[in-house]
Amino acid sequence: MIRSLHRWPGLVALALVTILCLSGAALSVFPAAERIAAPQAEAGLTVATLADRIEAAYPGVEQIRRSPSGRITAYWFDEGRPGAAVIDPATGQGVASADPNQFQRWLTNLHRSLFLGDGGRIAMAVGAVAMLVLSISGALLVVRRVGGWRHWGAPLRGPLAGRLHVEIARIAVIGLVLSSTTALWMTASTFDLLPDGGAIPAMPAEVSGETGFALEQMATLLQTPVTELRELSFPYPGDATDVFSLKTDRGTGYLDQGTGALLAWADLTGWQRVSETIYMLHTGQGAATLGLVLGLMALGVPAMGVTGVLIWLAGRRGRPRIRGNQPAGRAETILLVGSEGGSTWGFAATLHAALTAAGQGVHVGPMSGFAPERYARAERIILLAATYGDGAAPASAKGFLDRLSALERAPDMPLAVLGFGDRSFPAYCAFARDVAAAAQAKGWPALLPLDTIDRQSPQDFARWGRALGEALGISLELSHQPVLPKTATLTLVSRRDYGAEVQAGAAILRFALPRASLWQRLTGAGFARFSAGDLIGIVPRGSALPRLYSLASARRDGFVEIVVKKHAGGLCSGQLTALEPGDRVTAFLRRNPGFHAGGGRAPLILIGAGTGIGPLAGFIRSNARRRPVHLFFGMRHADSDFFYGEEMPGWQAEGRLTRLVTAVSRGARPHYVQDALRGEATEVARLLRNGARVMVCGGRDMAAGVADALAEILAPVGLTPAVLKAEGRYVEDVY
Amino acid sequence: MKPLLATLALTTALTLPGLAMARPVTFTTTLNNYGGDGAYLALYVTDASGTYVGSLWMAGGKSKYYTHLTDWHRATGGDTGQVNGITGASVGAGRSLEITLDLADALFDAGYTLHIDAAVEDMRDSPNEVTVPLTASGAGATVPGRRYIASFKYDM
Repeated sequence: MIRSLHRWPGLVALALVTILCLSGAALSVFPAAERIAAPQAEAGLTVATLADRIEAAYPGVEQIRRSPSGRITAYWFDEGRPGAAVIDPATGQGVASADPNQFQRWLTNLHRSLFLGDGGRIAMAVGAVAMLVLSISGALLVVRRVGGWRHWGAPLRGPLAGRLHVEIARIAVIGLVLSSTTALWMTASTFDLLPDGGAIPAMPAEVSGETGFALEQMATLLQTPVTELRELSFPYPGDATDVFSLKTDRGTGYLDQGTGALLAWADLTGWQRVSETIYMLHTGQGAATLGLVLGLMALGVPAMGVTGVLIWLAGRRGRPRIRGNQPAGRAETILLVGSEGGSTWGFAATLHAALTAAGQGVHVGPMSGFAPERYARAERIILLAATYGDGAAPASAKGFLDRLSALERAPDMPLAVLGFGDRSFPAYCAFARDVAAAAQAKGWPALLPLDTIDRQSPQDFARWGRALGEALGISLELSHQPVLPKTATLTLVSRRDYGAEVQAGAAILRFALPRASLWQRLTGAGFARFSAGDLIGIVPRGSALPRLYSLASARRDGFVEIVVKKHAGGLCSGQLTALEPGDRVTAFLRRNPGFHAGGGRAPLILIGAGTGIGPLAGFIRSNARRRPVHLFFGMRHADSDFFYGEEMPGWQAEGRLTRLVTAVSRGARPHYVQDALRGEATEVARLLRNGARVMVCGGRDMAAGVADALAEILAPVGLTPAVLKAEGRYVEDVY
Repeated sequence: MKPLLATLALTTALTLPGLAMARPVTFTTTLNNYGGDGAYLALYVTDASGTYVGSLWMAGGKSKYYTHLTDWHRATGGDTGQVNGITGASVGAGRSLEITLDLADALFDAGYTLHIDAAVEDMRDSPNEVTVPLTASGAGATVPGRRYIASFKYDM
């Protein structure tokens, strides 16, 4: 609901809102420029003195105005010719032209009415409403994503467009809400919908009939500082019945030209004051700095428009059309999807196609449409559930848990829940876990235990598919390609073998950088820009499923390097470990911004086992700035898998690696990396207290062991791994 | 134009006896290129003593800006009822405003004066932009305004 409230106004009003914001940002410069350019009145200058100076310089003066920037303009007639100038209050002499700036006038008319009169004003007001709806719905989405208002500034993970969109939004949203609400107020005021018209005192019935009282002796003018002046209008020459009219920040009044007496006065009304404040907040006239800030914030809107459209397109691309979808009442398998960005729908489509090919009738729908009473012929229900932000239900699963808890009893047909998520988030697959727990509490029979898919891994999905096939008694091969990126061909230049003597083949493979097209180099797409910790997808011969490996090198190193261990019967690892220099593989790059070392100065605690050393070695190799790095490296046997063992002494000598702690798990005294961590508990706790960042890479069991060890180490200092994760100081790359 | 309403606007203000005699009068106001947004113009009539008697036309639809038509606003207290039904769009720089109204014969050669107040956003307020006595002999004569009006005349 909130998402569609954000998406549709955004897409429909994009052009209008962009025009509003660009013109508004350009206009925000003028009040500041005027403030700088306008000669300001000296402290304590009264209107009486100012008016007297101007009248001396321009005897035909008719009106003196002061704008909120402090600029004073005088209008006069000289021998029947109208004249006007910006006045230097120190001398009363004109110093600059008072003609309106034509470009500013053009921009103003574009900004408020698209040059289309009242129809255009209403269109722009609709644009302001869209802006307000976008700001509020966007703020709610950010809150949902980061897990509450308190985490408003929490670090973000995920694709670049989405991060940029939110980073800009959470700074700019205040200004955009302010600008759009004030715009709506001003529109209402322009169309006379607000009782904020000027209160003008009635013209005095009696005047002295005299003329020529000296300006610099009029009491009211003497008491009014120039900083409060808005307008002083002079009586018509030769008309003894006319009066001076004075407008100040406090109100409006008339002065007798023969006696200087105040004949009538009316204060500003409350509504007027409110409207004037709102006018100031919107235009920056009288609050030039605020205006500039609001203008800068408005500049974020076109950027958010572009990134927003990119997010929407990515979501659409990721959501395939499902062919041959059966009605819910006729299907044997009900497949319900809880997806936020749309990528989970792609998995649903693959599963739907495979089950349909196996002769099943399958219905695919959103989890929010859960209605078990309609599933007349269903034999099983499968839920594919992503998680939004800090454990919330994704968009297409809204209300599922409520519907489930409202059921008197759980459905009879058994349930399988598959969670989709990213292990680098603290709330990995939290929503799927909640759903599975709720189903269990309701007594819903399980078809399969809860399983999870990390970062859209096709392998995880294929493995789960085989388990599902077994449960159904059919052969189910799920080959899901989550929209393969553009691939490149990599040529092996060298390999270093490890462990051949202990029957455990592993190698560091180094490929030449593929040639990047001009477009890739300009946009940083593909292999034109990557760093250690990013992922490389290798598409093995004889399979459409890519396998992901962590990169051990950055673009700057001039090569593409990975660490591969040969698995028994592993198709891809078998092909890779058999490569000879000169052989080629098909590969693509997938960014993994959550697992970059980053540019900070805080110490790094790198923890890895086996081939998981790859990206960690890459971080150390790139550490030219001598950031303190503590590496905990677990291996089976120093002779078999001490990857990068030759480089380590050199890296330590150069200061790229501060400390190396190894743990060997095979041998007389088995020692795991988490044991090594516990052995250094004091030092690790000290580093973490001082802001160090933990990066873990390796197998799932090792990561779980490390998390337990860290929890023990952190408990005495009042920290937990969950807190570190929430702060982005504890990241994992686990397989 | 709404001559009937215009007549009513004036007649109610004037309360002239024997109003049967009326004729169409065309007012032509041409603005100069003053380099600003559209001008608000108020056309109204005062009697021999300078007292406001009624409005003929208001060019400009947003009543919140009427305070800038200073003399008209003072005379009417900003009462939009005075221009109800005789309000049109503001007049752009260099453009002309031509209005034809059925006016009572009794308005002419009886000491009545026609005034035009003008105002432009972010520029000078110009009350009394044009002041011409309403006389049969003055018809067709062109007079200049003070700031925004290049020429004004009435024909009958």
